Amino acid sequence: MAEIRKAPRSFQEIILRLQNYWGAQGCAVLQPYDMEVGAGTFHPATTLRSLGTKPWAAAYVQPSRRPTDGRYGENPNRLQHYYQYQVIIKPSPPNLQELYLGSLAEIGLDPNLHDIRFVEDDWESPTLGAWGLGWEIWCDGMEVSQFTYFQQVGGHDCRPVSGELTYGLERLAMYVLGVDHVMDMPFNDPQSPIPLTYGDIFRQTEEEYSRHNFDGATTEMLFQHFKDAEAECERLLAFEPQDPKSGKRIIMAHPAYDQTIKASHLFNLLDARGVISVTERQAYIGRVRALAKKCADAFRLTEAGADA
Amino acid sequence: MPDLLIELFSEEIPARMQARARDDLRSMVTNGLVEAGLTYASAGAFSTPRRLTLTIDGLTAESRPVREERKGPSASAPPAAIEGFLRSTGLTLDQLERRADKKGETLYAVIEKPGRAAPAIIAEVLEATIRNFPWPKAMRWGAGNLRWVRPLHSILCLLSDESGAHVVPLTVDGITAGNTTEGHRFLGQGRFAVHSFDDYAVKLKRAHVVLDSAEREAAIWQGAQNLAFAAGLEVVEDKGLLAEVAGLVEWPVPLMGRIGDAFLHLPPEVLQTSMKEHQKFFSVKNPRSGRIEGFITVANTETADHGATILKGNQKVLSARLSDAKFFWENDLRVAKAGMGEWLDGLKAVTFHNKLGSQADRIARIAALAKEIAPLVGADADLSEQAARLAKADLRSAMVGEFPELQGLMGMYYAREAGLPEAVALAARDHYSPLGPSDAVPTEPVSVAVALADKIDTLTGFWAIDEKPTGSKDPFALRRAALGVIRLVLGNGVRVSLSSVLQRAAAVVWYAPMLANDVYILPTGYSAEVKNWQGVCHVHPAGDEPPQYNVSLEEFLSALQNARVTDAAEVWFDDLEADPQLGDERLINGDHRLGRLTSDLLSFFHDRLKVFLKDQGIRHDVIDACLAMPGNDDLTLLVKRAGALAAFLKTEDGPNLLQGFKRANTILTQAEAKDGVEYSFGADPKFAETDEERALFTALDTAEAQITPAMKAEDFAAAMAAMASLRAPIDAFFTAVQVNSENPITRRNRLNLLHRIRAICSGVADLTKIEG
Repeated sequence: MAEIRKAPRSFQEIILRLQNYWGAQGCAVLQPYDMEVGAGTFHPATTLRSLGTKPWAAAYVQPSRRPTDGRYGENPNRLQHYYQYQVIIKPSPPNLQELYLGSLAEIGLDPNLHDIRFVEDDWESPTLGAWGLGWEIWCDGMEVSQFTYFQQVGGHDCRPVSGELTYGLERLAMYVLGVDHVMDMPFNDPQSPIPLTYGDIFRQTEEEYSRHNFDGATTEMLFQHFKDAEAECERLLAFEPQDPKSGKRIIMAHPAYDQTIKASHLFNLLDARGVISVTERQAYIGRVRALAKKCADAFRLTEAGADA
Repeated sequence: MPDLLIELFSEEIPARMQARARDDLRSMVTNGLVEAGLTYASAGAFSTPRRLTLTIDGLTAESRPVREERKGPSASAPPAAIEGFLRSTGLTLDQLERRADKKGETLYAVIEKPGRAAPAIIAEVLEATIRNFPWPKAMRWGAGNLRWVRPLHSILCLLSDESGAHVVPLTVDGITAGNTTEGHRFLGQGRFAVHSFDDYAVKLKRAHVVLDSAEREAAIWQGAQNLAFAAGLEVVEDKGLLAEVAGLVEWPVPLMGRIGDAFLHLPPEVLQTSMKEHQKFFSVKNPRSGRIEGFITVANTETADHGATILKGNQKVLSARLSDAKFFWENDLRVAKAGMGEWLDGLKAVTFHNKLGSQADRIARIAALAKEIAPLVGADADLSEQAARLAKADLRSAMVGEFPELQGLMGMYYAREAGLPEAVALAARDHYSPLGPSDAVPTEPVSVAVALADKIDTLTGFWAIDEKPTGSKDPFALRRAALGVIRLVLGNGVRVSLSSVLQRAAAVVWYAPMLANDVYILPTGYSAEVKNWQGVCHVHPAGDEPPQYNVSLEEFLSALQNARVTDAAEVWFDDLEADPQLGDERLINGDHRLGRLTSDLLSFFHDRLKVFLKDQGIRHDVIDACLAMPGNDDLTLLVKRAGALAAFLKTEDGPNLLQGFKRANTILTQAEAKDGVEYSFGADPKFAETDEERALFTALDTAEAQITPAMKAEDFAAAMAAMASLRAPIDAFFTAVQVNSENPITRRNRLNLLHRIRAICSGVADLTKIEG
């Protein structure tokens, strides 16, 4: 068991420790994907790279948006924009549970003082056509992470299987730092010359985006953009693999997948605007899933996604 | 005799799967060993979150040799037949025995299987068990191909006898069996070797693992009770939760905490559900106030601070959860006290089924139906309608959104808080009942009316859109709904013509989709009778744009009533292209379609009733005999009749009378068929030739005089007792009298007399349906 570190003092210190820890375990420490996504899983470093046989190990912070979760910055633990810490390793190493527990020790959660439990929680993403088995991890009754062995992504069986860890950073940090309201959480070191809380940085944006998500966004435009993204995704995938200009075989799996991500986020926004009925919901989710599957099919034909 | 110890050590097995997995491991391994020729004295299986363990005592060291003899084809059979036999036995021709018999020479294969040593058998059986284990959900991990519930890390497989313990050589997908295991994830001290089951259990306990789930359950329950008792409180028993928690821990340490004062006013079910669902906490009650004031959480570890940090963390999580619950409760109360209108509006946007409209549409139908059913069950009609309108309002409440299992119950609390009549509150809580065959049946009249309306609407609705249960598929739980209706009716002695209620319900259910689908009702004739029909419905002249259809439910129903009288109206689905399923019924006679639906649904009820009564020991032919009688859509009457008939058939007179009746009926039916006439009138005692005939006349007169008023009073027992009195005269009649007399007048008179037997008995039940 890893040595227990002194308690961190800020949100960013927790992130930095996780970055260092997983970097030291051999993960490529990536940067967030530069698009609006609902969860770290949407990052192509997870979705696409979990396909095919090529080994892979990456860790990154991913800003995630869930428009319906906006609470104008008032709810102590609900945000429409928050951070996930994502680790993905393929094939899943036999000691992944121990590695994970090591990361908790790294941010000051000592298993000799806390009650850490692996509680059944099967994961499914209807929009990505993906599922896996694993647990939610409880620390003293608080869910601090998701731990999943991917079985299928984009309709493809995962062989080998990737192990995925997702930390809800705000919730985890609030617990480690002993904070009751997310906006009160120290973002940088409280002893800094200019101490900043989470609220200093995000209260205003939570208000703005809550209003935007629930009332501001133009729904006709969003519906149109959804259709556009859907059409563009399919158009990009319909190109002949052979690129006449470079003379190379280039399948535009990633650009097409970007359109899938867009469609997914637009759907989330429309959902928050309350203009998607219960029956339509399933149909929209099905349309995004169809795109995700096509992108997965295409990625499997590329070098990064092929079987070695 | 050797003992066998097996442990399959993995990452955390879901708690809910452990009990079944223990049993499966034991039965798969022991069955496999026995099939391979080993025997054993006893076997025990155990589970913890990280391991499945099997111990087998008194295993035989090797299987008995087996001599198998198989008869083959004749020695002179075609070569293909002989080759086939050789293939199936794995022998060559010269290894076969030839034995002379009547047909010449027949080939025999004699296969001697020598005894095999236990380890080889165990290795085979265990590998097959691991590879074919019936986990509800299994997975792959890493780069391997093995499937297990979560990654499998090690296999311990140890056979021990007087000479010591030996690892059974075995490798499954790269995992080689050994003699080591590990203890608690945090409190254990690495891997250790064991040499027997006793040694294993002792060392595990030393490494902070309680192997037996029953022992963990007992420890949790005892520890929890001690904690509560010391504080003057008591733990609320929850066996399901206890089993689940025992599957989440290897080293249980119960800890007790208090619920903050700010949350104590929440309904106890809310506290219990929130704590159980989210945190797997036991509730702790104050026996004096009856309130839930504390909780027990069960940690999986011991700490230097005796769980103080763990308890503090759990307390904090609980506070956040209960803050949510409190927020839901307070917000919900605001809506409830304002009349629940916000929820009822919201239900308009919730689809119940795309062909049956929204939840609000459904509620309107149930309310209309509840109002009609109310007088039949002794409930106030307006109160029942009001109760039905509000009973499902809580589906839109924040609390039920979070905890769906609190539906109905929250409705009751909210109705009370809103100052609504208690009958309305109870109907909200009870109208889903009875859910299972052992669930209590509501008895409060308003609850009964709403519960019946709810279920009957569901049944007629899904029947109307042709979504009936087939075989094992019943996605909308329609069988359960029908059983619910049956139990509500019988449990409350409700007297109602189910057909007319179903017909009414079908009309109501039909009304909503018609509105939604732009359906028009048109007269096909122009007789005076349909004027009223035209009056309430817009006439749609051919070729014109359809006018707006705007008829109230009541108008629709009365229009439909008129349509039935005149049989002149047809219902025209204007929007048919969208629904090819309805295409064939472009022109539908409303009355015909309703009638067909109702009779089909009634026979579904009868099928469910048969199943229900069979469980109560009433034979299916007894039910058939009663179903053949008029008024069979009055279930209470039907069951009363069936009960009396079943009891009658158990008496000595019952089966004998039945024989007499059947004899009379057979003779009569044959004579009628032969003569082409019906002998149904005119039996006259003056043509009687024997005392037995005259005695039967008298007996029939006496019985009829008793049976007719008894039937009128629905006193089936009395009617059947009177019927029983016919047994002796009928028997005597058949012994003494030849029905088919030479004298045609005598014969006719006797046949007419037999008809009286048939008529009198058939008024009670259709005895021809009774077997034997």
